[in-house]
Amino acid sequence: MSFIKGFFRGRTSIQPIWVFVIALFIFFSFMSEYFLSFGNITNILVQTSTIGLVALGMTFVMINGNIDLSVGAILGLAASLAVGLQEVSMTLAILAALGSGILLGALNGFVVWKTGVNAFIVTLGAMLGVRGLIFLYTDEQSFFAMNFAFADFGTSTIGPFPVLAIIFLACALIMHLVLTRTGHGRNTFAVGGNPEASIDAGIRLGRHMMINFIIVGFFAALAGVLLASQMGAATPNLGRDYELWVITAVVLGGTKLTGGYGSIVGTLGGVLAIGILRNGMNLMQVPAFYVLVILGAILISVLIIDKKLNAPSAKEVRI
Amino acid sequence: MASAEQSKPRLLTGKLSKAGMLSFLSAQGILIFFLLSMFVFSFFSEQFLSQSNIMTVVRQASIIGIIAVGVTVVIIGGNLDLSVGSMLSFSTVLVVDLHDKIGPTNAILLMFVLTLMIGAVNGFLIGFLRLNSLIVTLAMLSAIQGFVLIYSGGQNVDIADQQGTWFAFFGRGYVGGIAVPILMFGLLAIVMQVVMSYTGYGRRIFAVGGNPMAAVYSGIRKNWCVFSTYLISAFCVACAALVLGSRVMGSQNNVGQGYELLVLAGIILGGTSLLGGAGSIWKTVIGVLILGFIQNGLLLMGYPYYIQWIVTWVIIILAVWLDLANKRKRLFTTHS
Repeated sequence: MSFIKGFFRGRTSIQPIWVFVIALFIFFSFMSEYFLSFGNITNILVQTSTIGLVALGMTFVMINGNIDLSVGAILGLAASLAVGLQEVSMTLAILAALGSGILLGALNGFVVWKTGVNAFIVTLGAMLGVRGLIFLYTDEQSFFAMNFAFADFGTSTIGPFPVLAIIFLACALIMHLVLTRTGHGRNTFAVGGNPEASIDAGIRLGRHMMINFIIVGFFAALAGVLLASQMGAATPNLGRDYELWVITAVVLGGTKLTGGYGSIVGTLGGVLAIGILRNGMNLMQVPAFYVLVILGAILISVLIIDKKLNAPSAKEVRI
Repeated sequence: MASAEQSKPRLLTGKLSKAGMLSFLSAQGILIFFLLSMFVFSFFSEQFLSQSNIMTVVRQASIIGIIAVGVTVVIIGGNLDLSVGSMLSFSTVLVVDLHDKIGPTNAILLMFVLTLMIGAVNGFLIGFLRLNSLIVTLAMLSAIQGFVLIYSGGQNVDIADQQGTWFAFFGRGYVGGIAVPILMFGLLAIVMQVVMSYTGYGRRIFAVGGNPMAAVYSGIRKNWCVFSTYLISAFCVACAALVLGSRVMGSQNNVGQGYELLVLAGIILGGTSLLGGAGSIWKTVIGVLILGFIQNGLLLMGYPYYIQWIVTWVIIILAVWLDLANKRKRLFTTHS
C-alpha cells in the first residue's frame, strides 16, 4: 500500500498521469482499429505540439510559483507577425515573431519582479492588452501565407517523422535537462517552494522569475509560428483559450499551482492525455463537446485523488 | 486595508494631519481616479457626460457588474471563480431555449435552480473537499461549456415571439425611467454591500478569507461559508443570464466566453485583493464602471474598440502596483 501511495505521490520516477495515459492508450486501441497505427500516433504528437510547447514553458513558470495567462495572446501575436511580415522578409518575420514573445515574456517577468504585483493579475492584464496589440497590428484582418515554403514546413516530415513532433520532443528533452540538471532549474524549484528562504539563501529570485517568463514567452511565440505554418494562415483570434488548455495539461501532469513541485515528464504526460483523449474520441466519432466535459471531470478527479492520497494522516497532524 | 483603518479615527476627530490626508487619498484612490478619468473624457467629448450616454454605459456594464458582485464575495472568501463565463452561457442558453418550450415563468425558475446547482457543485468541491478553487473552476469552465454544446447540439437558440413576451422586461424594460438591468445591478450591489458590511455572515466571510485557520478556531463553519459564496456567485450569474437572454432574445453557445476575465479585471481594478479577506462590493462596482466608461470614452474619442484592452492592461497593473507601493512605502521590490 505504501508503495502505491508513494507511487501516486510521484515519489517514484514515474508520474501518476502516465498510468492514465497508458490506460487511455490501451482503451482506445481496443475501441478503434485506426488508433494504434504509426500514422495516427505521429498525428497525435503533431496535434498536441502547439499546446505541448507552451506547456513546457508554463511548467517552469508554475514550478516557480507564478502563472501566465497571456500565452494565448502571445501565441496569436507571434502567428500574425510571422505571416504578416513575410512580404518584407521571411527571416525578419520569424525573428520578429519569436522576438515579440521573448519581449512580452520579459515585460511580464520584469513587472512581476519589480512591482511585486501578483503574476495572475499582471498576465491577466497582458492577456487583454496583447490581444489588443494583435488587433491593432492586423487591423482585424486574417493573414494568409503567400510563401509556400513556410506553409509546407508545418506539414513536412523528416523520414517518417513529422517535423512538428520532432521539434516538440526535442524541446521537451532540452527543457527537462534544464529543469533537472542546471542551477536555474534548481533555483526555480527553490523559489517556488519557499520564496523567503530562497532570498535568504542568496538566490536572485527576480531574475529567475524573469527568465522563466521569457522561456514561456518564447515557447508561446514558437508555438504560434508553428501553428501558423501548419495552417498557412493567422487569424486575430488565434490562441484564444490556449491558456486554459495549457494550464489544464500542466496541472494534469502533477505540477502544483502553489509552486515548488512539478516536472517536464509529468507535463508531457498531461499533454499526451489531452491529445489522446481528443484523438481517440474523435476516432470513436464522439462529438467534440463531450471531450470538454470529460476533461473537466478528469481534472477534478485528479485533484480529489491527489487530495485524498496526500492528506496528512492523524499521526502527522499530532506532531 | 490597514491604511483605511488608520485614517478613520483621524477623520472622525476632525484633525486632518498630512499623513491622514495621504492615507485617505490612497484608500479612496480608485474613486479619485474614476472622477479624474470622467473629467478627462468629458473634456474630449461633449456627449460623454450626457445623461443618456451615462445610462447607456451603466446599462452595458450591468451584466458584468451583476456577475462581479457575486465573484467579489467569492474572492473575499479567499477563493476564485473562473466558471462564471461558461455558467453565463449555460444559463442564458437554458432560459432562452426553455422560454418557448415551458413558458417564461417555468423557464426562469428552472434556470435559477440549475444554475444554483452548478454553484453548489463548485461550492461542494471547494468548500467541503477543499480542492484548489482555481483548478476546480477551470475544470468547471470546460465542463459547463461542454454541457452547453451538448444541450444545444451546437445550435444557437432564439425566442420566436420577441415582441409579445413579458420576458423582455428584464433586459429591455424600464421602471421609473431607469432601465431594469441597472436596477437589478444596483439592487444586488446594495444588498450584498449591506450583507458584507453589516451582518455576521459578511464578517464570517471576511474572516474565512483573511485567515482560514483562525476562522475555524473561532468556531466559524468555514466549509459552509465557502459553499455559500459559490451559491451567491451562481445566483448573480443567473440574474445576469436573465438580463442577457432577455436583451438579446436569443443566445449563442459561447455568449459568456471570456466574461470571467473581464469580471476579474473589474474586481481587481476596484482594489479587491485576490488573496481574500479584503475588498468591498462598492469598490467592485466602481471598478466595473471604470472599465465601462473607459470603453465608452475611447470609442467616443474615435479610437477602435480594441484600444480599450491595451488601456485596461496598463491601468490594471498600475492600480494594483500603486496600492502595493503605498502599503510597503516603497515603489519597487527590494529583492534582486
